[in-house]
Amino acid sequence: MEASAQKAPAVNSQRTQSERKLAWMLCAPAVIAMLAVTAYPVGYAIVLSLQKLDLRFPEQTEFIGLANYGTVLSSELWWMDVFNTLLIMLISVSIELVLGMAIALVMHRAIFGRGVVRTSVLIPYGIITVVAAFAWQFAFAPDTGFVNHLPLIAEDMDWFGGRFSSFAVIILAEIWKTTPFMALLLLAGLVTIDGGLYEAAKVDGASAWQRFTRITLPLMKPAILVALLFRTLDGFRVFNTIFVMTRGAQDTESVSILGYNQLISRLNLGLGSAVSVLIFICVFLIAFLFVKGFGTRLDEGRPGG
Amino acid sequence: MALAAVATAILMTAGLVACGGSSDGSGPRELTFFVAIQPGGTIEKVSERCSKESGGKYTVTPEFLPTDATQQREQLVRRLGAEDPSIDIVGMDVIWTGEFANAGWVEEWKGKLKNQATEKVFPNVIETASFEHNLYAAPFNTNTQLLWYRKDLVKKPPVTWDEMIEQAEKLKEAGTIQVQANRYEGFMVWANALIESAGTPILSGPETVDLEQGPTEKALAVMGRLANSSAAPPGLSTSDEDSARLGFEAGESAFMTNYTFAYASAQAEAPEIGKEMGYARFPRVDASVPSKPPLGGFNLAVSAYSENKDVDFEAAACLAGKQSQLTAVELDGLPPSRSDLYTNKVVTKAYPGFAGLVKESIEGSGPRPTTPAYQDVSSALQRTLHPPEKIDPEDTESIYDELKSNLEAAVKREGLL
Repeated sequence: MEASAQKAPAVNSQRTQSERKLAWMLCAPAVIAMLAVTAYPVGYAIVLSLQKLDLRFPEQTEFIGLANYGTVLSSELWWMDVFNTLLIMLISVSIELVLGMAIALVMHRAIFGRGVVRTSVLIPYGIITVVAAFAWQFAFAPDTGFVNHLPLIAEDMDWFGGRFSSFAVIILAEIWKTTPFMALLLLAGLVTIDGGLYEAAKVDGASAWQRFTRITLPLMKPAILVALLFRTLDGFRVFNTIFVMTRGAQDTESVSILGYNQLISRLNLGLGSAVSVLIFICVFLIAFLFVKGFGTRLDEGRPGG
Repeated sequence: MALAAVATAILMTAGLVACGGSSDGSGPRELTFFVAIQPGGTIEKVSERCSKESGGKYTVTPEFLPTDATQQREQLVRRLGAEDPSIDIVGMDVIWTGEFANAGWVEEWKGKLKNQATEKVFPNVIETASFEHNLYAAPFNTNTQLLWYRKDLVKKPPVTWDEMIEQAEKLKEAGTIQVQANRYEGFMVWANALIESAGTPILSGPETVDLEQGPTEKALAVMGRLANSSAAPPGLSTSDEDSARLGFEAGESAFMTNYTFAYASAQAEAPEIGKEMGYARFPRVDASVPSKPPLGGFNLAVSAYSENKDVDFEAAACLAGKQSQLTAVELDGLPPSRSDLYTNKVVTKAYPGFAGLVKESIEGSGPRPTTPAYQDVSSALQRTLHPPEKIDPEDTESIYDELKSNLEAAVKREGLL
């Protein structure tokens, strides 16, 4: 719309304006709904985060400015949890990207049983995260699980008794659960590539690897970026798997668990909201870095984008 | 079929909602009883009996909370914090009293019903239902841990933790000790019992940390010694009541500290082990000081946001009363809070040969601290001492200092936890 307005400024300005007005009116319900369900809670959390507010001691409520942020940012716990969260996020998203790409290629190339392949790959993503987390927890439990009966694994290995073995299981469960989502987003990018390009490259004598790195990857850049962005933001908010498996024990706590503990367990709405607002800022920063850092517009390659 | 069932369920729920708020005096009042589920069916049975005995005054509908104590509390505080009127009677864990009473979520008990609710109840159990000398709940069941051991492996039960660890180490593979040391409330139960047994309370007032250094370090050394010993079962730092019971029933352990349910469970699930199951008082930390075993249980409180307070107290008194306590011990093996019931044949049948020991253990128990900031205190302790493997039994001074300063921040509800 921006573009069309520039092309024909004077002649159609009246029409453009009324079109614009109509567009706003059509968008209004959605904008109002968005404001009500996202902007209001975010704003309210910011207000709460500036107060000393504990539901167990309602009469001691007072405005304390940025003191809650000071408490959070000066706490070793916050920084350890940021580290844990980034660790889980980085490892799981990078493995998911590689696996997801491989699965997307397989789904794309599948000649027979295409529907069956695509559906069965998506099953883990269809399972509720908490259920999946319990399933993996039981699988790795020393008393009820099957994992300790596999070859090369000690019978009495206590997976959730150590920090890095706990991380390994948490990350594995995350990867198992969300790789299909990654694969699906990548597949969507893959199908938009014109088959003729590959034909031409083949004629020119390009190897399969060259076709992948010179045609597939560059043309899929927007799709990869969208997939990475979605999963990174998701990964930063990792909660269910950790909550079910360790509840943050063995120093495996993520920032979301930290926020939950302050808000739900301690009913300390002030400190908890400060943690939530900081998580919001981190998520915002990640999205910003993605868009700026990769230098690609997310809607590039879309018709009319 | 399925559709009809769903439709009926929806209609019934709608009916309940409609009745829930009625206080116009027509028909029996619908009271909702939020409480932890008991697998033996105690809650359903006592709710039904009290409804019947009220003669049309009220009917009690139980609403079950999750089995995990942390999640029970989270659901309750979320509702009470939001002033939810759908809760009438609350099954309150002994450790929540300070928090709930201080926040004004539960009503004080007074007069005749107060006397009825505390009649013949163990004094330290009444303490767990009280805050600042006022009673906030009717004691229902209590609970305590005993030392369970294998009579075929152990000739004479150990008196102290050190003795027990030595005996277990000598038994090699068959000799592990089951405790509860996952990072959850059960870890707090264990640590508190050890610290109390060593001779010092954790808190001496709602905002005062006691934790005398000498005894506390002795207790911490016991935790560190067990966790780093061959007597520790695999998965010690993720163990809870149920994994302890399972380990013992599988014949992997010579010792276990656990609640009374463990006895009935072993008889039913592993009779071979069950018939060799011996019992003794919770071990001492200091050989010259009697141990202070853990104290658990539920007290029944009236929600401050209930619309039926005029009948709530009466109903809660009935639900927690003598008959109900006998039902709880019969169906779920839960020890009564009334001390006069321990010679009753329902109790002696549930605890064959050890009813007297259970009573003695409750009388000598060391309850967890009472404070409105209990959740903070418990989380701070769990964070500092878990996993217990990190405690060096030879050098407990630094971890003692850390524990003390973390608890001092926790009673004031400061910092992140």
